[in-house]
Amino acid sequence: MSAVRCVDLCKTYRQGDQDIKALDHVDLEISDGGFVCLSAPSGGGKTTLLNAIGGLDKPDTGEVWIAEQRIDQMSKGELAALRLSQIGFVFQAYNLIPVLSARENIEFVMQVQGQPTALRRDKAMAILREVGLAGLEDRRPAEMSGGQQQRVAVARAIVSRPALVLADEPTANLDSTTSDGLMALFVDLNQNHNTTFVIATHDQRVMGYAKRLIRMLDGKIVDDIDQQAA
Amino acid sequence: MAVNIISRLAWRNVWRHPRRTWLTIGAMVFSNALLVFMISIQFGMYGLMIDNTLKAFTGHMQVQAPGYKDDLKMRQVVPDAATLAEKLRSELKLDRISARSSAFALLSSEDRSYGVQVFGVDPQYEPGVSTIPGLVREGRFPTDNNAQEIVIGKTLARNLRVETGDELTLLGSGRDGSFAAAVAEIVGIFDSGVPDFDRSIAEIPLGFFGDVFFMDHAAHSIVIVAPALSAVEEYRPRVEELLSPADGLVVHDWNALQPGLKQAIQADISSAFFMYGILVILVAFSVMNTQLMSVLERTHEFGIVMSLGVTPGRLGRLVLLETGMIALAGLVLGALVGGLITLWFGYKGFSYPGMDQLAANFNLPSRFYPQVTVLTLFLGPVFVFAGSILSALYPALRLQWVHPVEAMRSLQ
Repeated sequence: MSAVRCVDLCKTYRQGDQDIKALDHVDLEISDGGFVCLSAPSGGGKTTLLNAIGGLDKPDTGEVWIAEQRIDQMSKGELAALRLSQIGFVFQAYNLIPVLSARENIEFVMQVQGQPTALRRDKAMAILREVGLAGLEDRRPAEMSGGQQQRVAVARAIVSRPALVLADEPTANLDSTTSDGLMALFVDLNQNHNTTFVIATHDQRVMGYAKRLIRMLDGKIVDDIDQQAA
Repeated sequence: MAVNIISRLAWRNVWRHPRRTWLTIGAMVFSNALLVFMISIQFGMYGLMIDNTLKAFTGHMQVQAPGYKDDLKMRQVVPDAATLAEKLRSELKLDRISARSSAFALLSSEDRSYGVQVFGVDPQYEPGVSTIPGLVREGRFPTDNNAQEIVIGKTLARNLRVETGDELTLLGSGRDGSFAAAVAEIVGIFDSGVPDFDRSIAEIPLGFFGDVFFMDHAAHSIVIVAPALSAVEEYRPRVEELLSPADGLVVHDWNALQPGLKQAIQADISSAFFMYGILVILVAFSVMNTQLMSVLERTHEFGIVMSLGVTPGRLGRLVLLETGMIALAGLVLGALVGGLITLWFGYKGFSYPGMDQLAANFNLPSRFYPQVTVLTLFLGPVFVFAGSILSALYPALRLQWVHPVEAMRSLQ
């Protein structure tokens, strides 16, 4: 079964007087348990593709399917429910809620999912230990380093064990040691929980972890390499 | 106690900009305190207006002949009034019941004459149903039911240029249409503080009135004062049961006897609540401004949580929860401050220059002591609370149109 399927996706942005083709007839299929890196220069279309896959942005034309559900025609509410139950997001800029502590940021999503208090607290503490942030659970984002914040953001994305994790430049603000730790965590989830990862990145080291590397240029897929076979 | 994350998030969002939050709460506290104080004074004044007006003369209920209330004809009487009054006193176990008659007459002194309304009152029971006997400032109130004595108001005494001990000639028409005339000695001059009363009313003993106006043991009304205004509804049917159907008498409550009083109060409530409404709207706009700013500056954050799967509706409820927290703080603090201010004035009394003259026109004292009740404490603040929540609907609904990707692109 495919985790993600994009059919003939097009998306054009208006920038000043110019139309920018962010996605230009993109076809893509990612199977369950895939570990895919999207690589492109800035403006190449990788973030737009991630947003379309995550239901954050609607393509102008084409179809997006997640776990055999067509999502490009879903309502806002249906898309929110889909993201809440099946997709985890990791952003380059961490995007934590500044007034909540590390643990509360992680619990927030679980509360919206309706998980009981004790269970979500246990899960939050466990995932914080897993990402190496035990003891920092009561710190707010402003009291943590960039690497620590990114690990909280990752913990928030994976705590509910989503089927699909979409990560946009997750290591851009991290040092190499922290990056390696984060990628090891992703690989572990991919191998042991069959979580599908789609990671947009410029980082060659991150690309090295991927089973499949997709290169984009001007909104088109120009290269699709199966790194396991290579 | 476990407080859920959404509530915790709302509470912390409220205090992201403490100065702005306190300014908004301050506006609510000020308006709520003002409303508590003003409504306490207003409702207290209405109570006093009703109480003082009814105590002065009208009583809570009157038994009359049908039609007498609207057309004061001498021949529309309550037959054998003293006996009926005694029966009511004994059956209802109420002392404050007295028979009363009334006629228009010309009062003449040596120098001048004035048209007045002369009341025949029972000296023994009238003090229980009217404050006039207690307001006699010179001389005394009559004690003998048949004495040829008269009590007049201060202004009337000045107009007639008379004082206690002088005699007045009384000319009018009797119940049977015959000529009624008598001479009475002024034994007392009252000062009610109500210019109309002091200028145009005279009281003589009921027995003497009956002789002069040929009443034949009849009177025009039986005045009844219930233990409290709120007991009128309970006593009215009991009074009606005790009346003989053959006499065809009717019972009017204070509202029917003094329709102008209720209308004046309703008019005052309408104008006051119009002003209060404006105050509530001003506060609501202040809250809307605060919440709109708060929503706009958190656009990026809303984009993040929407990308995590939170619906715009849930975010809207978060904004309403935040507003509810601010409004609740304003309600509690405003009611507290307003309640304390009102209690202070309830102890010290409230007055302002010129209030004595204004108050006299409405039969009110020159210094007023407002009372705090649950209604006066929360009526205004509850409207401010509701107005604040309503005003936050716009910022909350605005989130329906937030697009997660565009929101996350906005500045943090």
